[in-house]
Order: sequence, then C-alpha cells, then structure tokens
Amino acid sequence: MLVALAIFPLVFTNPTVTTIAVFTLLFMASATAWNGFAGYSGYIALGHAAFFGTGAYVLAIVAQRLDVPGGSLMFALVPLAGLGAAVVAVPFGLVALRTRRHTFVVITIAVFFIFQLLAFNLSITEGSSGIQVASPNWAASTYNNPYYYVALGIVVFATVISWGLRRSVLGLQLLAIRDDEDRARGLGVPVGRAKLIAFVISAVPVGMCGAVYAYFLGQIFPQFAFNPLFDLSVALMSLFGGIGTLAGPLLGALLLESLQQYFTIQFSNGDLYLVIYGALFLAVLLWLPRGILPTLGDLIRRLPKSGARGNFANAAVTTPSGNPEDGDPRAGPLAIAGRGVVGSRREH
Amino acid sequence: MGTLVVDAVISGILTGGVYALMAAGLTLIFGVMDIINVAQGILVVLGAYLSYTLSVHLGVDLFLGLVVTVPAMFVVGVFIQWAFIRRLGERERTAMSILATYAVAIIIEGVLGLVFGVDYVQLNAWYVNQSIHLFSFYLPYIYVFGFVLAVCLLAALYVMLYRTRFGRSVRASLQDRSAARLVGIDVDRVAAVTFGIGVAVTAAGGMVFGATNSFNPNTGYDLISRLLTIVILGGLGSIGGALGAAVVMLVIEDVVAVVWSPIWAPFVFFAMLVVVLSVRPSGLFGQVAGRAQ
Repeated sequence: MLVALAIFPLVFTNPTVTTIAVFTLLFMASATAWNGFAGYSGYIALGHAAFFGTGAYVLAIVAQRLDVPGGSLMFALVPLAGLGAAVVAVPFGLVALRTRRHTFVVITIAVFFIFQLLAFNLSITEGSSGIQVASPNWAASTYNNPYYYVALGIVVFATVISWGLRRSVLGLQLLAIRDDEDRARGLGVPVGRAKLIAFVISAVPVGMCGAVYAYFLGQIFPQFAFNPLFDLSVALMSLFGGIGTLAGPLLGALLLESLQQYFTIQFSNGDLYLVIYGALFLAVLLWLPRGILPTLGDLIRRLPKSGARGNFANAAVTTPSGNPEDGDPRAGPLAIAGRGVVGSRREH
Repeated sequence: MGTLVVDAVISGILTGGVYALMAAGLTLIFGVMDIINVAQGILVVLGAYLSYTLSVHLGVDLFLGLVVTVPAMFVVGVFIQWAFIRRLGERERTAMSILATYAVAIIIEGVLGLVFGVDYVQLNAWYVNQSIHLFSFYLPYIYVFGFVLAVCLLAALYVMLYRTRFGRSVRASLQDRSAARLVGIDVDRVAAVTFGIGVAVTAAGGMVFGATNSFNPNTGYDLISRLLTIVILGGLGSIGGALGAAVVMLVIEDVVAVVWSPIWAPFVFFAMLVVVLSVRPSGLFGQVAGRAQ
C-alpha cells in the first residue's frame, strides 16, 4: 500500500488528480491521529480543528515574521507547527478532560469556537483578511509532488504513532477507559494522565497537516483554518472506516475525502455537497455504525471457520502436516486489522 | 457609562429570556432522552426562515405566523426523532446522537443554502423598526414583545410539565427511563412528543432571533455554540438552570460589549464556560454529576 502511495504521483501526473491526492493524504493523517485519541479512549472530540488551525497559523505567522522564502525550506516549519499544536493541546486537554463523555464533546466544540473567534479578532492573525504564505517557484507539472510526499510522510508518522499506541501500555489504558472508566480508575489506571497524553499526542500530526494545508493553499483565513466541518469530517472518516481500528481511519479518509474533492470539482455547489455529506453521514451512523473494517472483519472471520474445517478434512485425508494458515489468502493487512478489531471487540 | 451598563443589563435580560426558551427545548430533550440535539441552532434559523417566508411572500404578521410555524417545527422535530434518533443503538447513545444531529444540521444548512442563498436577511415589522423609550435609551418593541412571548411559552411549558398527566410522565422519564417504563409509561411516545416540543420552541425563538439579528444559513453554528454553553452551564437536563444561565450569560455578554468591546463579548461568553467548568464540572446549577454516564 505504501509503495502504491509512493509511486502514485509518478503514474498520475495530472495536477487535478494530485491536488485531490494531497488533500486526501492530509485527511488520512488527521483522521488517524484523531482516532488515536478518540477511537481508543471513546471520547468523541469535536475540537481537533483547533489544532489544524493552530498548525496552519504557526506556519503562516512564522514564515511571515522570518521572511521564509517559498521553497523546500518552508517544510522545515511543519514540525514546529506540530509542536505548536501540542503546546495548545495541553491547556485545552486540561480543561476539557475534566468532564466526561457528552459534556466533553460539548466543551471541545465550545473551545474550538474560542479558537475561531481568536483567529478572527487577534491582530497577529490579521483577522478575516487572512495571511499570505510565499509560494515556491516549482515547475507547474510537478508542483504538487513535494506537498504530496510531505503529506505522505505525515500519514506514515501518524500511522506509526497509532500503531505504537495500540501496542503500548498507554494504548491498553485508553481501551480500558473506553470500556469502563470508573473500573479502570479503580484498577489503578492513571486515567487523567493517560487521556491528556493521548490528547496531546493526537494534536501533533493534525497541526502538521494544518501547516501543509496552509502552505499548499498559499493563504490562510480563519474560517478555513478553523472549520467546524473538519471536526465532523475526521469523525465521519473514522466511523466510516472503523473507529478504534488502525487502518479504518486511513480507509475512511481515502474513500470519503477523494469522493468529496471529486464532488467539489464536479458540481462546485457547496450547499448540495453539504446535503449529500450529511445524508451519507446519517446513513453510516444508522446502518454501518461500526464501520467498514469491523463489519468486513466479521465476514472474514465467519468465512475461515468453514474454510478451516474444509482444510482440516482435506489434511486428514492427505497429509498430517496440513496447516490451515499456509497459503492463507486472507493474510493481507486488511485481514490482520480485521482480526485485531474482532479480538478487541470481544472484550466487551 | 453607568446608564449604558443599566441599558446593557436590561437588554441582556430581555434577550436572555428568548435564549432561555431555545435552551429549555435543548435541555428538555437531553433530560428525557440523553440526546444532545446539535441541530437546535440550525432549527432556530429554519424557524426564522419560515417566519421570513410567511411574512415576505404572504404578508403574514410575525406573531400570527407562529400559529403555523410552531406546529410545523413540532412535526419536523417528531420526524427527526422518528427517522434518525429512534434508530440509534444504545451503545454510546449520547455521542452518537451528537454526530447524528450534527449530520441533520448540515443537511438543513445545505437545503437552506440551496433555497435562500447566503445573503443575510432580517425579519421586518412595525415593532422591529419602532422603539420604546425606556429610561435613557430606545429599545425596539420586538425585544419587549419577544421577552413576553418567551415568558408566556416558558410558563406554558412549566404548566405542561408540572400540572398535567403527560408532564408527569415526562418528568418520570427524566428521572429514570427504565423505572418509568416499568410503571407503564410509554417512554417512546413521551420521547417523540418531547423532541417535538423541544424543536417547536425554536419556531418562536427563531422568529424573535430573526427579528433582532440578521441571519443566513451559517448562523446556526454561532447559535448552537451559545445554546450548548448555556445548557452545560445550567447543568444538562435542568430547565431552571438553563433559564438562569441564559439570563446570566446574556447580561454578562451585553455588559462586556459596553464596558470592553463588542468584538470580545462572545469570547467572554465561551471563556466563562471554561472557567466555570474548571471549578465546577457539573455546571453552575447542575446536580447531574452523579448521573449514569
């Protein structure tokens, strides 16, 4: 999959296609990072756009103050944007995580609006007139490629974090919090610390995505940097692919964001798009509440049962060394992710 | 300066009454169903657009138009509950309801955008343009009329909740859904009607809001973040708390606008939420902290 993503811009050189690809990668990284907190801990956060916007403004403001010329050097500011998002996430998390479940959701929405108001009204962000970011003078035909590869790097970064979280003690603590926070606390899980650390970690890739987004567009406005639809998008993408799984948000973002960009270019009608988007969101919530991957995982899990039995029968007849895992056609990353999901679901 | 502050307090109380009405619907829905209706903001805007259509195209008076728009919004509410909320699973119900109603909100926003476009409009009538002379300043009649309307509807809501058989079953469902079901209350029907009532008040709230502010389909975001702040501060599920919080917050916002700057007034509004919750996670008047999550 990574190889396919790496050679993608070499195969598809059409700038329209690669533009869609850059946005898609940014959302794949953001959804994965969001899922690393919200999916594992069960706390639906609807304020990550605050980190996206913070990252975007960190890049724009620092580039403006230091007169950073357009070019590859600008990408050096991307980690700084991630750091900025993390710094902002500490007080945000300290306040929001004092509350539970639904109050938490509402608090994240409210804090997000505080950020949007600040971006509109502070002098450093230049309000609604926005900030210009110097553009590089790269050749038009391969103009998108550097953005593409930096975005791909953030996707890998976010996925590695998410994967590492799942395997770490912290990840286990988060899953325990999702299942029963009071019991987890009773069993000695430092719930407050675990939630805060995961919250801050999840902010970093989102801030980096915001920075690349700002540089890619070449200008930044409060309503686009701090966009409430961003919060909804990452949540929908994670739910669609399978919330709490490693590959679910990647798949969800890949499908939904590319579709969305295609729609925007095809119809260029924002209102029609809102209606379609909302309807799709509702359909997922009502008919596929667990997402694509867990549902597929169930299907796959049901299949091998009959398949394994068949193998076993054959093995008994022919050779005793027959291993049903040998030449297993399902041993792709999807099946592995699916099995992981099924395994974790059984804990409930 | 002194009289300006008095003016701000008065207009804060008058607007606060209208916000209290809209927030009461939101908190009532939460109390009975554990549903946070994020679409409440855009439903207020929808209510305002309904009044706008009636008054501009048919020349119906804004207050008279409520006879049509309130039942219409009631039907919209029952439909949303019947079509989407009812079908949500029990697991993570509150979080799912936020996402589902958010989706409903952006559908409504998209439809309003398709029908009315993004231009700001405002409701118009003689009582919007003419002002009443109060102490040292002039206040459009609509503020007073809107406040009276809100108080009447809140009183009606109170009578319904505390003086009728249906109200008793609503309060029973508020306290404990399973126990209410055990004593023979049709909780699903109560939920549907409550959702309808909670949304119906947005028709009245939207009319007054639309007459005192200009609005477009995007206005819903600003409204819902205020309404959510009010109900959280008031303690989710507490109607009295929502009333108190609405008036307190609107007075604070209006006073800040006068003594500091109108730009930063909304900031203070949200900052209040953060400060209060840092001290009291259950809100100003909340006693719901012990509620099952």
